[in-house]
Amino acid sequence: MLEIRWHSRAGQGAVTGAKGLGSVVAETGKEVQAFAFYGSAKRGASMTAYNRIDDKKILNHEKYMNPDYVFILDPGLAYTDDITANATDETKYIITSHLSKDEVIAKIPALHGIEDRVFVLDCFTIAQETIGRAIPNTPMLGAFMKVSGMFELEYFQNAMKSVLSKLPQKIIDANMVAIERAYNEVH
Amino acid sequence: MNSKIMELNKVEVWDGNMAATQAMRQADIDVVAAYPITPSTPVVENYATFHANGYIDGEFVMVESEHAAMSGCVGAAAAGGRVATATSSQGLALMVEVLYQASGMRLPMVLNIVNRALASPLNVNGDHSDLYLTRDSGWISLCTFSPQEVYDMNLCAFKIGEHMDVRLPVIVNQDGFLSSHTAQNIYPLQDKEACDFVGEYKPLNAMLDFSRPVTHGVQTEEDWHFEHKAKQHDALMNSTKVIAEVFAEFEKLSGRKYNFVESYKMEDAEIAIVVLGTTYESAQLAVDKMREEGIKAGVVAIRVFRPFPLKEVSDMLQNVKAVACMDRSAPGGSVGALYNEISGALFNSPARPLLSNIIYGLGGRDMTIGVLCDIYRDLDAEAKAGKLNGSIQRFVGVRGPELKYYKV
Repeated sequence: MLEIRWHSRAGQGAVTGAKGLGSVVAETGKEVQAFAFYGSAKRGASMTAYNRIDDKKILNHEKYMNPDYVFILDPGLAYTDDITANATDETKYIITSHLSKDEVIAKIPALHGIEDRVFVLDCFTIAQETIGRAIPNTPMLGAFMKVSGMFELEYFQNAMKSVLSKLPQKIIDANMVAIERAYNEVH
Repeated sequence: MNSKIMELNKVEVWDGNMAATQAMRQADIDVVAAYPITPSTPVVENYATFHANGYIDGEFVMVESEHAAMSGCVGAAAAGGRVATATSSQGLALMVEVLYQASGMRLPMVLNIVNRALASPLNVNGDHSDLYLTRDSGWISLCTFSPQEVYDMNLCAFKIGEHMDVRLPVIVNQDGFLSSHTAQNIYPLQDKEACDFVGEYKPLNAMLDFSRPVTHGVQTEEDWHFEHKAKQHDALMNSTKVIAEVFAEFEKLSGRKYNFVESYKMEDAEIAIVVLGTTYESAQLAVDKMREEGIKAGVVAIRVFRPFPLKEVSDMLQNVKAVACMDRSAPGGSVGALYNEISGALFNSPARPLLSNIIYGLGGRDMTIGVLCDIYRDLDAEAKAGKLNGSIQRFVGVRGPELKYYKV
């Protein structure tokens, strides 16, 4: 069982991202789960979304999770959310920030000593420059492909094309560029 | 069948709300009258989107309240059409008056209830307060434990309720957020397959059949009221035959088997919990953990909440030493509903397991595998001691001082 927790602000596409990842993974024959907790939260409020991926039917409906990966979609949440909650000794973190990796880690004591499990990229700038809106979800998934090695870049891009198929072609193409940039820029 | 087909993949990733909407779309409904409320809002939104995009030939009526939504459904069903809607919590509470009209008028329709707590305090998350509010309303009530089951039970619901031997409205319950907003693999039927399974709607005493004028919703005082209610109860009790047939037919079509009472590892279980909703699936993971510890645990869940499968659930619990009935609803000054049902089921049987009542998960409070394991360990201790640990009822997962009632 692979488990992912997304830290995001409502409106940044975490739910769409989690469901999109689920759809891509489900096509490979695996069982997936994507859910979120936001209650009656409005745009801008801190929220979390979750993925579970397994070879067999997913029966677990608890919110509690020991994540294998933690995605932070908003730079501010790296400091204000408890991003290491219920983490394991192998949990990996992908953080979007305009700061360098060293600068990000320096300000978050919980990440000290686990630098090799922390990955940073600027999803906002990538999304702004490619898609034209600061929606960090698809760049985050591009970065995740690099960090996890789950799928080859090209396979993932093709799979995401069908997930995004309802969007205008121009936006789909921009997302493909965003995914590729994120894949190459995360470190 | 709707004139515009939607091609579906062999596996789709849908949440419970989408699963309900897709089944509704495939069922070729004549009228949906609905008013959105969290967490069932996306059912109404999705359906309106399908309608706007030409995937639904029937009518979609936006009304001013849930009372009006259910009233619209009653009107359309009496007129002679296939009808459905969806709601949650406060919306369901506002519908209650008309729920009794629908069942009393013997009007088949499907109501998706995305289960959520009832205010006050206001809370949009899942518990079974609204499910219990429909207990005596005369509707058939089906429970689901995952988005796949929401899809499956919706298709079955139309077929059960509309059967000429039944003619009753049917509720399909799912857990708010834990099912409604949780996307999982769904293996849907293609439109034609699903539509053929549900079958063509057959009206009975339709008001729009002008060649045979009828009256619906009449007044009957002491001379006839009792006979009407007795016949209604009789129809509900005897719907079990049709429910079993529909489940069997659905299994042939989909390979997915449904029972009045579902269970996991009850064959040799010594202790068990009885639950509703997604907790059934989570509890299976706890059962597996317990068995690694050498504790023979099992879990039982009620699929058909109404008509209540008294005998089936009693049979299931004949060989256990301790049972915890777990109610996800504030019990309001008594033991929980499930505890009452199970006690009643067991009383005329030889079995005398220790029977306790756990109140849990109100307003969406997480029920973890860890807590479920703790509950099993407590049950195991009670079974070994041969007596309950101090009281019949206790609250699990709530902060503050321990709450226990009905000392023994």
